Amino acid sequence: MTKQQANWSPYDNNGGSCVAIAGADYCVIAADTRMSTGYNILTRDYSKICKLADKCVMASSGFQADVRALQKVLAARHLIYQHQHNKQMSCPAMGQLLSNTLYYKRFFPYYSFNVLGGLDNEGKGCVFTYDAVGSYERVGYSSQGSGSTLIMPFLDNQLKSPSPLLLPAQDAVTPLSESEAIDLVKTCFASATERDIYTGDKLEIVILNADGIRREYMELRKD
Amino acid sequence: MNLIDSTQAKNTLLSSEIAASERTLYPYVTGTSVIGIKYKDGILMAADMGGSYGSTLRYKSVERLKPVGKHSLLGASGEISDFQEILRYLDELILYDNMWDDGNSLGPKEVHNYLTRVMYNRRNKFNPLWNSLVLGGVKNGQKYLGTVSMIGVHFEDNHVATGFGNHLARPILRDEWHENLSFEDGVKLLEKCMLVLLYRDRSAVNKLQIAKITEEGFTSYPPYALKTFWNFSAFQNPTVGAEGSW
Repeated sequence: MTKQQANWSPYDNNGGSCVAIAGADYCVIAADTRMSTGYNILTRDYSKICKLADKCVMASSGFQADVRALQKVLAARHLIYQHQHNKQMSCPAMGQLLSNTLYYKRFFPYYSFNVLGGLDNEGKGCVFTYDAVGSYERVGYSSQGSGSTLIMPFLDNQLKSPSPLLLPAQDAVTPLSESEAIDLVKTCFASATERDIYTGDKLEIVILNADGIRREYMELRKD
Repeated sequence: MNLIDSTQAKNTLLSSEIAASERTLYPYVTGTSVIGIKYKDGILMAADMGGSYGSTLRYKSVERLKPVGKHSLLGASGEISDFQEILRYLDELILYDNMWDDGNSLGPKEVHNYLTRVMYNRRNKFNPLWNSLVLGGVKNGQKYLGTVSMIGVHFEDNHVATGFGNHLARPILRDEWHENLSFEDGVKLLEKCMLVLLYRDRSAVNKLQIAKITEEGFTSYPPYALKTFWNFSAFQNPTVGAEGSW
């Protein structure tokens, strides 16, 4: 008797792209709002961005059910942290927690490709980029998801970060102003939408700075 | 002596190998598409009443739209026995909610979240409930319409569909749905979608059930059939335009 093969997959790719850019005193996190499966669009208005803490926002693409479960786990852990420490988690702290949470399921991973953006303890913009099993590093900018192969080279061209191997360490945050960074993000997504079928419909941009948090939207091509 | 021992040992090895799998591998009795739309007073849903056993149309009066509590309506496609299991879970959920007797009741958002968690957790255990669910409802004037798949993928929208409905009905709905549809217009729109599904989905059955949920509650309409037309002239003489065909 041959071993029975599974005829369903516990994973699916619901597509989409995410970007985050760190500035001197702000952070821009953006993601499209299209949710797809195979060659179908399920919905044009699904947010991939989740506010985890006052100064920490995560954008994730990949398998939506895993993304949602991950968001819930982190939100619950943050609530416990607030009860225990009587303060909000900092972005670097949340960065470590996300990495540990992802590695916890190393042998049945969250199919979730994340970028974490926010302000560090000094108020400077910080961006952390992850793979599905939790390996992460702090960078000046990053993109994940189906359009990342199209967006990342463009960001490298526009924002080229100094090498992390340099001594003394140089600042990775971009010298661009907040509005310049937002324009750059809009350009990234407009371009990615042209060539990536899973990116489009609408762009959601979250901007974190000393004044707080604000949201912007931009229409993208719907084809 | 030795021979008997080794045979017994082999037997126990074999029997543990052929231990039956208790995980769902494939569905047996299935329902096809469900379509749901928001309209002026609440949510309208449509589904046919067929329960297929592979390619056989085994059951022809399966109710695939059921009320949940005071505020919600659940439609399911996929394995019918798993749908019945979900209804049992929801029964218990609503019962415990009522037992609080605090004047509060679970709204459609809460029920949808519960169903999402149930489906996702079963997927995590590699033993899914083989359904695609549509959950709609109204509470305190707020309309809600969402869907969950068997692996836990979920979202809410103004119109949702399962299975073939995603391919055939959603495009029609994207074009013709608008806010504040009247009840009559909503039903007409659903019928238009169900007719396309009837023509093109092999597992569709011409006996459909329409149900609605409004602030006042759940109403189910008696099942009826759609009028179909099979006399298109192109099908009378299908090869007239194709040289060399037969």
